Order: sequence, then C-alpha cells, then structure tokens
Amino acid sequence: MNAVLIAVLVLPALGAVALALWPGRAERAAGWFAVALSGAVFTLTLVLLNGRRDDGTWHEVDVAWIPSLDVRLHLGVDGISWPLVALTGLTFLLCALYSLRHTPEPGNPRKLLALLSILECGVFGVFMALDAVVFFVFFEVTLLPMFAVIAVWGGAGRRAAARQFLLYTLFGSVLLLVGVVAAMISRGSADLLEWAAAPAEWSGRGQIAVFVVLLIAFAVKSPLWPLHSWLPDAHTEAPTVGSVVLAAVLLKMGTYGLVRVALPAAPEGARALAPVLGALAVAAIVVAGLVCLASTELKRLIAYSSVGHMGFVLLGIATLSVPGIQAALFGNIAHGVLTGLLFFLVGAVKDRYGTGELDRLGGIATVSPLLAGVLGFAAVGSLGLPGLAGFWGEAFAVVAAVDRGGFFTGLGVVAALGAALAAAYFLRLLRRTTVGPPGSAVVADARGVDAFEAAAWAPLVLLALVFGLAPDLLLSLTVAPVEALVAVVNP
Amino acid sequence: MSVQSVDHAALAPVYAVVAAAVLALLVDLVLAPGRPRSVLLVVGALGPVAAIVAAVVVGTGHRGTFCTPGGELPGGVTVGPSCSFVVDGASVGVTVLGSALALVVLGLSVPVVRDAVVPPGEYVFLLLCSLTGLVVLASARDLLTLLVAVETLTLPVYVLVGLVRRPASAEAAVTFFVTSVVATTFTLLGIGLLYGVVGAVHLDRVAAALSARPDARDLPLVGAAALLVLAGLLFKLAAAPFHAWAPATYDGAPLPVAAWLGTASKLGGAVAVVVTTGVALRPLLDVVGPVLAVVAVGTMTVGNLVALRQRRLLRLLAWSSVAQTGYLLAPLAVARGDGLGDAVAGVAGFTALYLVASAGVFAAVVALRGAGEGGTVDDLAGSARRAPLATAALVLGLAGLAGLPPGLAGLFAKVVVIKATLDGSAGWLAVVIALNAVIGLAYYARVAAACFAPSDGARTASVPVVVGATAVVTATAGVVLGAWPQWVFDAAARVANALV
Repeated sequence: MNAVLIAVLVLPALGAVALALWPGRAERAAGWFAVALSGAVFTLTLVLLNGRRDDGTWHEVDVAWIPSLDVRLHLGVDGISWPLVALTGLTFLLCALYSLRHTPEPGNPRKLLALLSILECGVFGVFMALDAVVFFVFFEVTLLPMFAVIAVWGGAGRRAAARQFLLYTLFGSVLLLVGVVAAMISRGSADLLEWAAAPAEWSGRGQIAVFVVLLIAFAVKSPLWPLHSWLPDAHTEAPTVGSVVLAAVLLKMGTYGLVRVALPAAPEGARALAPVLGALAVAAIVVAGLVCLASTELKRLIAYSSVGHMGFVLLGIATLSVPGIQAALFGNIAHGVLTGLLFFLVGAVKDRYGTGELDRLGGIATVSPLLAGVLGFAAVGSLGLPGLAGFWGEAFAVVAAVDRGGFFTGLGVVAALGAALAAAYFLRLLRRTTVGPPGSAVVADARGVDAFEAAAWAPLVLLALVFGLAPDLLLSLTVAPVEALVAVVNP
Repeated sequence: MSVQSVDHAALAPVYAVVAAAVLALLVDLVLAPGRPRSVLLVVGALGPVAAIVAAVVVGTGHRGTFCTPGGELPGGVTVGPSCSFVVDGASVGVTVLGSALALVVLGLSVPVVRDAVVPPGEYVFLLLCSLTGLVVLASARDLLTLLVAVETLTLPVYVLVGLVRRPASAEAAVTFFVTSVVATTFTLLGIGLLYGVVGAVHLDRVAAALSARPDARDLPLVGAAALLVLAGLLFKLAAAPFHAWAPATYDGAPLPVAAWLGTASKLGGAVAVVVTTGVALRPLLDVVGPVLAVVAVGTMTVGNLVALRQRRLLRLLAWSSVAQTGYLLAPLAVARGDGLGDAVAGVAGFTALYLVASAGVFAAVVALRGAGEGGTVDDLAGSARRAPLATAALVLGLAGLAGLPPGLAGLFAKVVVIKATLDGSAGWLAVVIALNAVIGLAYYARVAAACFAPSDGARTASVPVVVGATAVVTATAGVVLGAWPQWVFDAAARVANALV
C-alpha cells in the first residue's frame, strides 16, 4: 500500500512536468490528460482508505533523507489527515474538470493545469508529512505556484494581490521554520509521531515561545484575525479555480498544521495560549460577520465568510478537547466542500454577468433557476443549517467551548451569536442575488449551466448532503487519533 | 636553522593553476592575430580541472609544508610544530568548490572573449591568478600567508573590473582598489599587533597562546587587534559597514567578472573570516561573537532593504549578496565553546549551497544578456518568451536565493543557518533572519516577475552553446544538491572537522 501513498504524491508532480512540456497543438488533450490524472490520483486517495485502523498511521513510508539535520522522508496517512487528502484529490479533480471548458484570461490552460498539479503535490505532501522539516518543505512548495496562479490568471488588481499573498504567507512560513527547528532541537527529533506520542519535557517558557511562533505561522495561513487581510484580496483577484483551491484546500494547511505540528510540539505552550487563540477565533467570527453584512462584492463576501468559518475551526482547536478538535477537523472538511462550491458558483455568476457587485445582481432565479438554486443550497449549507455539512462543525465547536467552562463559555456564547450573523449575511446575499427583480447586469440570454460546471458542482452538493445527514462517516475516522492526541496535549 | 624541505605534492593544485595561467598567456602570444580566441578559455579551463584532480588525489591524507618546529612562545607557552600550508579536508573542499566556480566563470566568459570586449589573454591569465589566490587561501594556516593569499585573490580582480573601456568600469575598479587597500592595511595592522603580543602568526599558535594566557586575552590591545584583522577580512566579504564597494563594482564589471566577485571572491572572504575567527581567534569568541552578531544583523538588514530600491540588475544582485553575507555570518556569531564545530559546518554548508544558487543566477543573467552589461531589471521584460530556458534557470536561481522550492538548495541553506542560530540559543537572531528572508523575497520576486512582463520585441541575443550549457549545469547542480543536500552537509562536516 505504500506504493499507493507514494503514487498519490508523485503522480501530480510528474503530471505537472508533462503538462508544462505539453505541445501547444494538443491543448484539448492536455485538459483531458489533467482530468484523467487527477481522477486517477483521487481514486488512489480512496484506495488509501482500505488500510484504515484506529491506532497509528494507516500507511507509512520512512526513509533517511538528510541525516545531518536529522530529517527523514517520513510520510503517512491517518484518521486526521486522510479526509483532507481525499478532499484535496477531489478538489483538484473538480478544478481540472471545470478547466476543460473554462480558462480564465490570458488562456494557456496547460500552464495553469501544470501549476495546479504542482500545488496538488505540495498540498498532499503537507497532509502526509510526518516529519516536521518535510512538512515545512511541502508547505513552501505550495507558495510559488499559487502566487503564479493569482499573478497570471487573476483579475485587474492581480499583481498587488499576488505580491501581498506571497509576502504575507512567506512571513508565516519563515516563522514556521523557526518554530519547527526550535521544537526539533528541544525535542531531539523532527518526527511528528514521536512528538505526538510523548508529552514534551522542556521548559514552559520555551514551549510558550515556540507555540507563539508556530501559532503566528499557522494563523497567517488559516487565516486568523487579525492576520487575515491577505485573504480577501487574494480571493477577489484569483481566478475561479484558484479561489476554489485556496478556500477548499490551502487554508486547511493552517488549521491542520496547528493540530498536527503546533499542539504536539509545545503542549504546555498550547495550554497556556488556548484562551488567546479562542478569543482571536471568536473575534474573527464576529468581525468577519460584520464585514460580510456590509460587503458589496460577492467574492469578497465569501472570502470574509471563510475567515468566519475558519474562526469556528480555530475555536474548536482552542478548546483542546476531543469534541472541539473533532469539530475543527469536521469543520475543515465542511468548509472545504461548501466554500469550494460557493466559489465555483460565484465564478459562474461572474462568468455570466461580468460582475460580482451585489448592486448590479439580483433576480438570478428568474433567468437561471438552476444556478440560483444551487447558490441557495450552498449558502444555507454554509450558514450552518442543520442537516447540511456546515452545521456540525460549528455547532460542536460552540458546544465544546461551553463544555470547557469558564472563559470559554463566554467565547462559545459570542461564537453562537456570530453564527446568527452568518445567517443574516447569507440571507442578505441570497436576497440581493437570486430573488427580486433582475439586476442591471443580469441578462436573460446568458447561457445555461453547462455539463462541466454541473460536473464540478454535483459532487460537492452531494457531499454537503451526505456529511450533513451522516456526520459519523467523518467523525468515526477522527475520533481515535484525536483522543490519542488530546491525551498527550491536554491530559 | 635547517633548510626547509618543500612538499611539492601538497602544492600541486597551486602549480596546476599557475601553469595554466602562464600557458594561456603564451598561447595568446603564439596564436596568429585574427584567430578566434575562445581556445584560450579551454586552455584556462585546464587549470581548475587539474587543480580539482590534484586536490582530490593529494588530499586523501593530512599533509603540511613550510613547517616550523615546535618551541616556546613568549609567556611560556609551549607549542608543537606548525605548518603555514596545509592540505586537509577543509582545503580540498574549498579548492574543489573554488575551481568549479572558476570553470563556471570561464564558461560564462565566452561572450566577452568572443566579442573582444576584454583582451582575452590577459583576461584568462588574471582570472587564473585570482584562482591561485583562492587555492592558496584554502590551505593557508598562518595569518600572513592568509593575507597574501587574499590579496592574490583580490589584486587581479581590480584589473579585471577595469578591463572594459567604460567610464563606469574605471570608476568601479578605482573604488574597489582604494577601499580594498585600506582594508588590507587594517588587517595587516591587526596581525602586527597580535604578533607583538603572542609572538606567533600561525593560526594554531595564536589560538594556543591566547587560550593559555588570560593576561594576553584581557589586554584591550588584543581585542582591538582581533577586530582590525576581522574588519579587513569582512571588507573582502562585503559585510556591513564595509560593503559600499560591492554595488558599484558589480555593476561596472563585465558580467563574468561580476560572477567571479559574487561567487569565488565571496568564498575567499568566507574562508578567511571562518579560518581566522574559528581557529586563531577562537579563545576570543566571547569578544568577537557579539561584534559579528551586530555585523550580521546590520549586513542582512541593510542589504535587503537597499536591494528593494534597486533598478539595475547587477546592483540588486550585489545588495542581495550583501544580505546573504549576513546570513552566512550568523552561525559564527552565536557559536560558543563546543558549538563552534557545528557552527563552522553550518557556515560551510550555507556558503556552498548559496554559491551554487548564486552561480546559477549569474549564469542565467549572462545567458540572457550576452556580452553586454547587466542593464536594468525592466530590461528583462519578455525574457520568458525569448529565452524560456535561461529564464527558467534564472527563476530557479532566484528561488534558491530566496530559499523557496523549487530552489530547495537555498531552502536547506536557510534551514542550516536557522538551526545553527537556535543551537546557539539565539532565537532573536533566528527571527531576524526569518523576517529578512521575507524582505528578500520581495525583490527576488520582482526580478522573476520582470522576465514575464510583455516587451516591445527587443532583439534576441544569441547565446553561445557553452553559456547555455553552463547555465544548465549550474541549474542542475542546484536541483540535485537541493534534493540530496546531505552531500553538501557531509563535505561541510569534513571542513569543520579539519579546522576545529
């Protein structure tokens, strides 16, 4: 099975090389090749599931790489990482499918697909890495391809947005390097499994310093208020597939890193700073909600709603409890599915009507009922309607916070009020876009939903329903590893 | 006093380079006027190749020559025999790396030699003279030999910088010459003062005397001497506040000479500083370390901030090399006691990986600009369309300097430095380095992005095959060493073992 693990990581990289060298004459074939490749990779991620067990990693590869730095090429998948690996595989498959018909200006889909493939390889590496330095290396791999995707295929303000993305996230990742190396020196190993297996036995002040550094590093990526300001610009300017990948997958590297790297690296630091993290997370929820209520641009609004959703995920992590971290991991997937879907839909709206300004939209339901219907579904899913995927992660994050008592009870209450804000702005969004008289930009003769769009949306709609109705599908995977982690981090 | 026997085998790498230098000059005289002079580069390349072979062959064991028998130094310090010229793991590593860089620079010299921008015979001769200095420096184990070697490395470069008949070149050469001579006098004064106190110039003897005599260690004069020695050497390395010559000199020099300044000359400066602080001044680390820390922080910060504002490509690269020098010094600045070996290994590993990335950038720049000057960053517009491979090599090299994948070599260089500073429990320095890396990326990204900007159809410079091949080789070296950095770290550990 280890061959499958390696294939999942290596195939996208090889695919990227093939796509970069692909002859310009066979443009169409390149698109289908990307679909076939990402389809195969996604299938392989599903195959990984059959090694499933409750304790330890399902699949593991461990070879020496740089002995003098004590770095091993240690990769594996377990209940915490597998859902994200599968979500990554699915997201990139859907992006490849969508790209068959839709290539943002200035064209050249081969290069875009090649960059997406490198990105996919990097994200798989992050979710599979069981060595802190390898984790950092793959974390960095994702940086330049995403920069290029925004800088080349983005909207009018793409250069500034791309540069901001690059410098902001590099700021996070260099701190990640400092934190990882400091933890590595203090613990005498870079192995994440070893970190998670035994409580850290080094000074409390050192642990707090390392956790602060790692927290800032992952807070930039997640993003956590007040380090989120790169995200709305990046989302607004990025092409549709870029936004989808950013929301569905790249942000998860931050929250996943917090659970996989930061908590085991410095548990005492995590315990000391949990209230701070929780307070910032709740601030993110409230601030994002208020900004969304005043937002007039569709993509910006969804981007800020992402900040709010990730706030719930971070609140769950901050509780340092089994239900809280479970909720966070569930929220990660739910947000990936629903916000990925929302960005596909917003892309479709902007494709058709040429604008994302709420003032010029409205009445989409009268001209394109299917688009309006799916948009409505994604919005109510995202606002946390029970029965859809968005509900469980956020509800349990609040429950876990209230359960923890004390200061966290207050945080839970404020977060719940923040959820009400989310309901308000998503309903406002629907009112301004789908119903009412057609807006000035909404033209009746815009084309209908094509097969490629439908193919990209359908699996996400289905997953939102499935995870909403049967959350245990996911929760049963994560419960055992999370219990083991919490036993060490917060005994 | 017996007549010294000279171990000529130990000197073989030096002989090889000198012979090739003279041979190049002779071939230039013999060759009929009007014949293509590129053959001189081939003759010149024999030198570094032979030096690499000789170094690897004689470097299997530890050997020394120009040795002095043991005796007693002032203050009653008894010492064993010491040698001025030593072949060991460190010297072999430096010789091989320096000769490889010379080969790269010779490869990049094809356009300037072909277009007769520089007089070919003199050019190759001077370049190899400079390499001779570097090869001697690799083995120099007393302060005077070290200084003579550093001067041999630098002197020909003054002329090389000014070989092109451009006002900018002449100005660059004079700036470089005047400031460099001042720096040398500093070092010489420092060596003199040190000799006055400890009565020795051999690195190991200076260290032995200083560690055995607390009275000497506590003399303010000794501290001042150490700082004077370092000041002159830091100048060669272009570390702040002795960095001001670098931008003008890089920009005025012919491109391959700038490449030599940015790689081999940098290596020489690094070797001189590491050997001096790591061996001779080791007992004074608690005095020298904090000074180096201030220099390192100042160098990286000034280099990065000023690089942000540069419009001319070579000036930007010069400031970026200043910034990188700051990272290079950081491990040395925080090393104390037993950590010194790891710190030296860290500096060596960083230097090697950095030089590979840097050579890659210069190779790509020559491939894009040919025999011309560096020009402005905006002149790179349209490169991606005109010369996709050279642009790819440039982006790869810049990513290496920024320490980002796909430039994995640079990424591990960053890891090494951060690890070394944290090992020396200087978390603040690690954070300063990290933040500097972010500033650095801002201008590296600007250069890379400039290549992809649309252009108004500037002419395509024809790239000689050799330059293209050199760019491919350096880029490949960057990729391979990025994937297997352990090779570099093993070599760096051997260097550190040999020195400390």
